Amino acid sequence: MPAMHVRLGAFSAALVLAATLSTAAFAQKKYDTGASDTEIKIGNIMPYSGPASAYGVIGKTEEAYFRKINAEGGINGRKINFISYDDAYSPPKTVEQARKLVESDEVLLIFNSLGTPPNSAIQKYMNSKKVPQLFVATGATKWNDPKEFPWTMGWQPNYQSEAQIYAKYMLKNHPDSKIAVLYQNDDYGKDYLKGFKDGLGAKGSSMIVIEESYEVSEPTIDSHIVKMKSTGADVFFNITTPKFAAQAIKKNAEVGWKPLHFLNNVSASIGSVIKPAGFENAQDIISSQYFKDPTDPQWTNDPSMKAWNEFLDKYYPEANRADASVMYGYIVAQGLVHVLKACGDDLTRANVMKQAASMRDFEPHGLLPGVKVNTSPTDFAPLSQLRLERFKGETWELFGDVISGDVGG
Amino acid sequence: MSAAEEVVAEGHEAVEAVPKRAMTLGTGTSLLVLAVLLLVPVFVKNFIIFQMTMLLIYGLAVLALNILTGGSGQFSLGQSAFYAVGAYTSAVLMEYFNVNYALTIPISATVCFGFGYLFGKPALRLSGVYLALATFALATAMPQLLKLNFLEHWTGGVQGLVVTKPDAPFGLPMSQDMWLYYFTLIVTLAIYIFSVNLLRSRSGRAFMAIRDNEIAASSMGVNVALYKTLAFGVSAGITGVAGSLGAIAVQFVAPDSYTITLAISLFLGMVVGGVGWLPGSFVGAAFIIFVPNMAESISKGLSGAVFGVLLFLVIYLVPHGARQIAIMGQQFAAKLRRN
Repeated sequence: MPAMHVRLGAFSAALVLAATLSTAAFAQKKYDTGASDTEIKIGNIMPYSGPASAYGVIGKTEEAYFRKINAEGGINGRKINFISYDDAYSPPKTVEQARKLVESDEVLLIFNSLGTPPNSAIQKYMNSKKVPQLFVATGATKWNDPKEFPWTMGWQPNYQSEAQIYAKYMLKNHPDSKIAVLYQNDDYGKDYLKGFKDGLGAKGSSMIVIEESYEVSEPTIDSHIVKMKSTGADVFFNITTPKFAAQAIKKNAEVGWKPLHFLNNVSASIGSVIKPAGFENAQDIISSQYFKDPTDPQWTNDPSMKAWNEFLDKYYPEANRADASVMYGYIVAQGLVHVLKACGDDLTRANVMKQAASMRDFEPHGLLPGVKVNTSPTDFAPLSQLRLERFKGETWELFGDVISGDVGG
Repeated sequence: MSAAEEVVAEGHEAVEAVPKRAMTLGTGTSLLVLAVLLLVPVFVKNFIIFQMTMLLIYGLAVLALNILTGGSGQFSLGQSAFYAVGAYTSAVLMEYFNVNYALTIPISATVCFGFGYLFGKPALRLSGVYLALATFALATAMPQLLKLNFLEHWTGGVQGLVVTKPDAPFGLPMSQDMWLYYFTLIVTLAIYIFSVNLLRSRSGRAFMAIRDNEIAASSMGVNVALYKTLAFGVSAGITGVAGSLGAIAVQFVAPDSYTITLAISLFLGMVVGGVGWLPGSFVGAAFIIFVPNMAESISKGLSGAVFGVLLFLVIYLVPHGARQIAIMGQQFAAKLRRN
């Protein structure tokens, strides 16, 4: 029997030791609902069905990226449990899904929920529950408002800042031009238009000779182009989504209207806009960008593009690599991983917001050279830098410095 | 028209002149359901309470459509428009005029009744699929109308309006969700009882006479034009109340919330619940709320297809919806009693 006693003794000693160790460790670790020693629960809401379902790719890319992180050992030893629900881009459904994530699945935070109306619908709820609504996937300007909504943070450069950059460029280089603006008649188009007019200032209003709007439901915008040409405008600011942008570029060439063409970043994709419109029709168009267009040949041998391709090969082989949303999801997922890593063992909601609001010169793979992620307790707009680019041959040529345009909400 | 007739005729075999049974549940069952609705919120999480509130709200909207289609035999794919008008009426009154939320509900009901009645006037000339198309136009137009520039000052345009959720009154120790649930339950009960009585009344009989045979009804002295527009008005009014409650529960209104998809969901809810059977409205509402979630949990990429298959199964196996199951249950119970 003595052997038994010894073993029992050793066992209880080990047990005591283990207990002390775990309490010591416990003292350092802090968790809110949704985080534990083994996993971090992240909620997400995407329009996998409905009118905006094309953006569902973003959620799928993020899911693939977190699978990669988990396969590589997780974040500080914790696996990411990514719970993504469909809201079909309908605000009441977004509210239902957000409440399900927060109250039933008990996630630590909701990450990159998509769309301006869906995010507006849950903003008040998230802030009253004090659950982070982190890196929302919308370009509206109102997400950078840390005073009113300390639990909501944007991500991408907002529409108004971008439009202001073009406005400044026009005032500097083409102060006597006559400007025609074509915009989509919804929040996205109007946000751009507002930023543009603000950027032009008092003088600018006289520069705009025509403001033409179209509805998403229109099959073609040809008649608008003809109308704008007839005003004799020599600068064209094109605020359209990819399908219409391609139509506009093509129609301009057909009717022989050759203004200085500014194209919003939403439609700057070579694969989905420029190529269908024809390279020869798109020469000298000016746009701006903050991440590398995967269809642009100049990045083929870029190391971060190689990393992107390796990731897609292994974890999301069926992805359409010409789709800018895949790159978008890849970059924003790195943003979340960066924040969670910075949180260390203090995985409380307050600390998540604190870490998210103290990112300094963070450069995830995929951003253009010189563009960096920066936040502070008073600046909840992580990405606010863009670079101007001009289309030459079959690729975008960057020109000028990195420009920031911060517009608060 | 014919579909509704067929469905409605099914239940008529065992029904007397006043189709009391066909419209409602038995007293015992009703009390049981009421007890469940009253007690469950005490024991469940706020999220479930919120879902139950949404169930009652969509149930009301389906009920309104049921009165129109099941009662007077008119089709509507435009219920989302009335729902939107109700929601915006409440939201605008609460946020800009500081009107108490409870007071906005009768106002919404009145506004929507007027709107529905006026829409019903020209729509009188249409029937069957043509009427469905006209209302369809209303539903597609509504989200864009709400974005119009001169209305934007009130509606908030595409950005929508955020609505403040009311606290429980008199310092009752309840969460906002629970209070809102009981408030919705009271309104729902009132409207349910009103609807049952309406369909049993003279007007209700007139509705059904029109549904079954318009010419016969008019030769018996029923004012067809009046009762048809009245049915539209009542249906729109109830949908408006549902819209108001929905705006308060969701705390947000935006044009994207009230697209044609909503109108089709409500129509779906009515068919699944059983056309013309009022309690079925709530079963139908449960279907349109929970089945898409179930479909999503089965397959995310194919959630639409899974939903389609489930819907197909329901239509194929129980073409008359929840009502058919209820009738089967009743017959089974009767058989048990006899033995």
